[in-house]
Amino acid sequence: MKLSDFIVAEAIIPELQSTDRNGVIRELVESLKKYGKVAAGDVEAIVRAVIQRENQGSTGFGKGVAVPHAKHSAAKKMVATIGRSSAGVDFAALDRAPVYSVVLLLSPQDHPDEHLQAMESIFRHLQQDNFRRFLRQADSVEAIVDLIEEADGSPS
Amino acid sequence: MECVVLESQSEPLEMEREVTVLNEQGLHARPVMQFVDTAAQFVSEVRVQCNDTIVDGKSPMEMMLLAATQGTQLKLTARGSDAARALDALAELIERGFNEE
Repeated sequence: MKLSDFIVAEAIIPELQSTDRNGVIRELVESLKKYGKVAAGDVEAIVRAVIQRENQGSTGFGKGVAVPHAKHSAAKKMVATIGRSSAGVDFAALDRAPVYSVVLLLSPQDHPDEHLQAMESIFRHLQQDNFRRFLRQADSVEAIVDLIEEADGSPS
Repeated sequence: MECVVLESQSEPLEMEREVTVLNEQGLHARPVMQFVDTAAQFVSEVRVQCNDTIVDGKSPMEMMLLAATQGTQLKLTARGSDAARALDALAELIERGFNEE
């Protein structure tokens, strides 16, 4: 699965305004709403679900990245977007380091396989040092979109 | 009994076991964390293979690359003085479906 199959490019936030975990989650869900990928009436429930999931165990697996996510009945198809913070956000990450790149993923409830494939695709790129470094440096939507397209085109 | 004998050897012991992912949601982030937390309790190196992908069983990011769905067979390999106990604990975790329904 390619990143561009589910990442909503328009909703990417190259400089997050929020400085705390819950604020970042809300900002990204609001951005998906703004571009019609989340219904206005579902924002609260989805934000709550992602925060609740995060409270069960941080998706900050280390190295400055986090992938907050939820499977939710309001998600009709899989959507994700990316937020970047130059200051860093405390995600209670496993290595306790601040998080600079956040990928928020919303999946429908009844397609666990698709969700696993999307997570595989996200982590396949996030675990590469170059991808993480370029993502952390990408300070515009265009730069992040270019990086995603390049990653999708590379064989690894 | 056999374990005691093997653990006293100086050569690192390598053992493997095949297990099937049973929980409906597959090996998603929470089960991966449970697996990694369990693996971390042992000194043995742990590797997990799913089809052609082999990853470090102590790295949550690498474990996510398995994308192992319900019914997938995994090969667990442990290498070290507590390999047998590590495999027992990890196989048991997977076989009870990570306490998910």
